[in-house]
Amino acid sequence: MIRIGRKALYLALWFPFLPTDRLRAEPSSPSQTPPDAPLVLHARQGGALRLVALDAAAAQLGLAGGMTLADARARHPDLAVQEHDPAADALWLEQLGQDCIRFTPHVTLLPPDGIGLDITGTAHLFGDEAALAELVEDHCAALGLTVRSACAGTLAAARALARHAPLPITDEAAAIRALPVSALGLDAEATRACLRAGLKTVGDLAARPAASIAARFGMAAVTALHRLSGEEQAPSVPLAVETPLHFTRRFAEPVAHQDSIAAALAELLDRAVAALRERGHGGRAFRLELHRSDGAVHALDVAAAAPTRDPARIQRLFAERIGALADPLDPGFGYDSITLAIPAAQRLDAAQAAFADAGAGDPASALAELVEQLSTRLGPGRIRRLAAQDSHIPEQAQAALPALTHPAAPLRLSAPAPGEPPLRPLLLFDPPQPVEVIAEVPDGPPLRFRWQRKLLEVRRYEGPERIAAEWWRRRGGEAPGGGGLTRDYYRVEDQRGRRFWIFRHGLYAERADPRWFLHGLFA
Amino acid sequence: MIAVPRPDLSLALPDKAAPLRCPTGVASLDAALGGGLAAGRIHEIHAAEPDDGASAAGFAALLAAGVLGRGKPLVWLRERGAVRASGIVQAEGLLELCGTLPRDCLFVLADDTPALLRAGHDALRCADLGAVLLEARGPMPRLDLTASRRLLLAAERTGVTLLLLRIGAQPVPSAADTRWSVSAAPSRALAANAPGAPTFDLALLRQRAGPSGLSWRLEWNRDQRIFQDAARERFSTNPGHRDGADLGPARGERREPCYRIVTDDQRCDGPKSARRAAVA
Repeated sequence: MIRIGRKALYLALWFPFLPTDRLRAEPSSPSQTPPDAPLVLHARQGGALRLVALDAAAAQLGLAGGMTLADARARHPDLAVQEHDPAADALWLEQLGQDCIRFTPHVTLLPPDGIGLDITGTAHLFGDEAALAELVEDHCAALGLTVRSACAGTLAAARALARHAPLPITDEAAAIRALPVSALGLDAEATRACLRAGLKTVGDLAARPAASIAARFGMAAVTALHRLSGEEQAPSVPLAVETPLHFTRRFAEPVAHQDSIAAALAELLDRAVAALRERGHGGRAFRLELHRSDGAVHALDVAAAAPTRDPARIQRLFAERIGALADPLDPGFGYDSITLAIPAAQRLDAAQAAFADAGAGDPASALAELVEQLSTRLGPGRIRRLAAQDSHIPEQAQAALPALTHPAAPLRLSAPAPGEPPLRPLLLFDPPQPVEVIAEVPDGPPLRFRWQRKLLEVRRYEGPERIAAEWWRRRGGEAPGGGGLTRDYYRVEDQRGRRFWIFRHGLYAERADPRWFLHGLFA
Repeated sequence: MIAVPRPDLSLALPDKAAPLRCPTGVASLDAALGGGLAAGRIHEIHAAEPDDGASAAGFAALLAAGVLGRGKPLVWLRERGAVRASGIVQAEGLLELCGTLPRDCLFVLADDTPALLRAGHDALRCADLGAVLLEARGPMPRLDLTASRRLLLAAERTGVTLLLLRIGAQPVPSAADTRWSVSAAPSRALAANAPGAPTFDLALLRQRAGPSGLSWRLEWNRDQRIFQDAARERFSTNPGHRDGADLGPARGERREPCYRIVTDDQRCDGPKSARRAAVA
């Protein structure tokens, strides 16, 4: 449904369980919060620890905010309890707000647990306002958030409807009239006075003359009513959109001399570094565009392994990038202008400068500089770190990820047991290399095998270590024979002492004539 | 006539006299090397035959991660074409071989020899590294005396050791401190004739300012993270090990295969438990 003749439209989001949803979504403390236990958050109020936030499961148990933690624990000993962190919640709400800028440029935070979107003129880009609301809710649900949303002509009305009205809303005006007076957000005394006077809903209150409302319940009640109906606009502070930094230097005459370009780049870098420092950011990616006088544009991209504000380091990366170009930059009749853009930046706090005689710099940054230097010259995919993957098929158990984008992290591998020989090869062939094997008995260990046209005698062997195919990842894998072939791995040593890892692909029950492969080499 | 004081040039030059020595754990080997493998130098490790590439790579990795590195980051440089012939380095295999992983492992794939040498040169300038392992497969004529001298200068400046792994190449003059030839050697069999700990036949082909032409048979002891003289260890009585090194396979002793489906947490359990059963 597209409304015609409306001036403004707001979508308000309310996250009733924001603090607990945040804790569950953030992987920082998975061990402390079991996924199914009811979760409550406490804070010290006065002399007691009281509940300040709970999740849906805890609310269903009859717990409520304000209860002491001891009482709650006495009633439900299996509660998961964590400390409330309002600052982290506020930061997360701001990140959510920044995330919502994809739907509209005008996003207002409604702390502590709401966001308002001005969707005037943007709803039609997503179909209509209902489709947009559904999209926003899906987006929040994907983040693990419980969300209620409502649309209305004013931000205050949308906020009140999202929090207090039964959903879905068909008639906006009737829904607003049916709101309880507590939705006005008056102080406790004024709300109690309204209820005592028999005014239970907003509609009851709005039917009275404004002068008598102001006389009995204060001017705030009138203001709140006016804000709901749109007669008065509440001030709102939208989130600032962080635009990527972008600096241009234009020349009066086309410039072709390398030193002049280097000087202009240094000047741009100084401006960029000053702007980054002002924002508290460090650049992760930099792009230099050289606009030639005949209209051609040369673009050079470099990426840093860690956010940086060091002009010398950035300049070194650009020099490396220019050195790695297949054909050198041709200035032709000269460049009209050069532009430095910083498409990706991250927070970088100011660090204390090292003492002058401290010698070598930070070792981690020295390694990061090596990574970005080599990545700039050889390409980011050529400098890799290994990461363990969730698979026990040997060739899928590790991934080589670009070191530029993946910082060093300890591999989660179990330490080998003492007294054992290496059970996994140092070098693995992917794909495995086919070998011809002669075995004593059909499903027995190999006796001799031919690899790379050489016949090798097996002197020692160990196995089989059986690795089943990952049938749960295959379509139809649960059916008999649909899961893929099982592998029987043998560690073998030949007459000269070379150690190999070879496997038979398939059991005789699975396949009439299973083939053999050499998969890896031990040291 | 005024006597002009001569500038003391010895201060300006790096101290070449006493590099840091990293002991390997084998007394005769350390004695031949004058205390251990010199850090901040180049050590060339040749595979005796192209088939011994995996053994030579394993020996170089053990030197880099176990003897020289001591937990510091490792950079392993290879040519892109070598990966297909040599195989992909496995983190789990490296851990199973060395017993511990360096703090950080970087793998660099270069397109061609000049890019490989230049990347090696850059890596050697990063002083925080434990070792740089440069894998050169094939004859690689550009890796000559000049190139290796250039690498040595960078290594001496930062004290980072360069291990030059040469597979399928003839030794040529180079600035290396030591040159080794590595080939695979039969391991001491474990129970039920299973292949044992990594064992290498090692020949010291050349050493700058030291004896050469010596050879050893070394076994890597992962639990103590040192090398052992395999020739001496062979006749020691170790209850966990069965002495049957150079004998052929004793057919009667082969045990029944023990099958089990491997799950994630029992992954390494299969052969182990079978071996235990065989010992019992």
